[in-house]
Amino acid sequence: MHWGIFFEEAPFGGVQYYQWLLHGLAVTVELSVCSWVVAFLAGSLFGIMRTLPHVAFRAAGGLYVAVFRNIPLIAQFFIWYLVVPELLPGDLGYALKAMDPEIQFFLLAAACLGLFTGGRICEQVRSGIQAQSQGQLNAGLALGLTLFQCYRHVIMPNAYRIIMPPMTSEILNMIKNSAVASTIGVIDLSAQANRLLEYSARPYESFIAITLAYVTLNFSVMLLMRLVERKVRLPGSAGGSHV
Amino acid sequence: MKKVFGGLLFLLLLIPCGAGAAPAAGELGGTLAKIKKDGVIIVGHRESSVPFSYYDSAQNVVGYAQDYSRLIVEAVKKKLGLGDLTVKLVPVTSQNRIPLLMNGTYDFECGSTTNNLERQKQVAFSNTFFIVGTQLLVHKDSPIKDFPDLKGRRVAVTAGTTSEKQLFFMNDRDKMDVQIISTPTFGDSFRALESGRAEAFFLDDVLLAGERSRAKNPSDWIIVGTPQSYEAYGCMMRKEDPEFKALVDETIAQAQLSGAAEKGYEKWFKQPIPPRNAVMDFDLSDAMKELFKHPNDKAFQ
Repeated sequence: MHWGIFFEEAPFGGVQYYQWLLHGLAVTVELSVCSWVVAFLAGSLFGIMRTLPHVAFRAAGGLYVAVFRNIPLIAQFFIWYLVVPELLPGDLGYALKAMDPEIQFFLLAAACLGLFTGGRICEQVRSGIQAQSQGQLNAGLALGLTLFQCYRHVIMPNAYRIIMPPMTSEILNMIKNSAVASTIGVIDLSAQANRLLEYSARPYESFIAITLAYVTLNFSVMLLMRLVERKVRLPGSAGGSHV
Repeated sequence: MKKVFGGLLFLLLLIPCGAGAAPAAGELGGTLAKIKKDGVIIVGHRESSVPFSYYDSAQNVVGYAQDYSRLIVEAVKKKLGLGDLTVKLVPVTSQNRIPLLMNGTYDFECGSTTNNLERQKQVAFSNTFFIVGTQLLVHKDSPIKDFPDLKGRRVAVTAGTTSEKQLFFMNDRDKMDVQIISTPTFGDSFRALESGRAEAFFLDDVLLAGERSRAKNPSDWIIVGTPQSYEAYGCMMRKEDPEFKALVDETIAQAQLSGAAEKGYEKWFKQPIPPRNAVMDFDLSDAMKELFKHPNDKAFQ
């Protein structure tokens, strides 16, 4: 073991090796945050659609889940990277490919990871809604609320509070899945570890360092989410305080 | 316990004997003595180093470097006066080629092994039979003609190659503002170029020619630029075996000076080659012309 390796000069960039890893960590965090925004919005939208009375909405939500949950993540990354730019109308596809590679790969990865995770969030949102008794919705409608108002003020606030714990697991999974983005050229934490390995020939140090980085990152998210869970837990539900 | 320990010690003592007994004065030593004693010469080869050493569709080992191997086997036969020398072929990879040579699994290898000072600490290299330079692959209508034209462009490199390191270094030094796309394999880098993501692909020229031969339209792509560094490919053999090295060097030098090497070059780099009749279409470089005039075993780094 030679831990001093991280403070040795990297072969290019005029930085030390540990700065490569820090840069990779920053990319992993940014990618996770952006993907989560996409996943949450897409998952909520399609999750709600899956519970609406109109069959067209339900079908669209079901299709979304079927597509994004049944294709392996790595295949989805390659579809976004290799196929999507060719399917876009001529100039748009070219403009995308001519973008700064760093930004381009990041956007493609955030879209891919976000929509993949969204497929899973979608099912949780649906189960959060369906876990509540039909009476909630009926009572809201009987009081004269529109369907939109029922979802906005009655159903969704409770649904999100119910699905908080599994949602934490999804966030942690998503952070780990973000490592697959390195296969389409995103220079994230795992890509930097590979680069460190190639140039310094130090496999143990490189991979122990990124293992610790991923564990620390996920552990912090877990603690943060535990605080949030405690704050929003439904009174009367398992473990909630009875007020 | 004592018995086990003694047994281990005995085994340890045996190991150096395996490398071949020291020759008596005036007799053949090293590899040549081993070949004469066994009546077998074991030749290392590569499985997919196109067009240097690889399998054709009938699973025969062929290639530009394999032709040199054949010449060397002939020379050994002649030198030892053995009409019926058995030739055994052993496939090797980039990872195992040095250990297998050192432990005597095979006697020599001509493939695509770079002769450098680092490796010379472990093994010996023959006269160089090929020189690669790092260059750029671009579209034939591209405005990029040489390295200064890369300013502000998107350039693909393969992660872990010397070219990647060189490009990052040049980018810093000359403030070129190049947008670098690092991909895991040669094929990925070429796809980045072919799809229009990258405007140039920076790698060893002969590998670029190999990627190009697999393109949808090979004639759309050209190799340009002043080589940024060179590497010398040589046949690899065990260290401290001057007789065998002299024989191999002499064989290679003769092929190069007699024009046979240039004919071989024509055959493997300008004509259709097995298994798919692709054409490398790779011109003889100035560095190679110079080598064929003055054979040598110089390493570039």
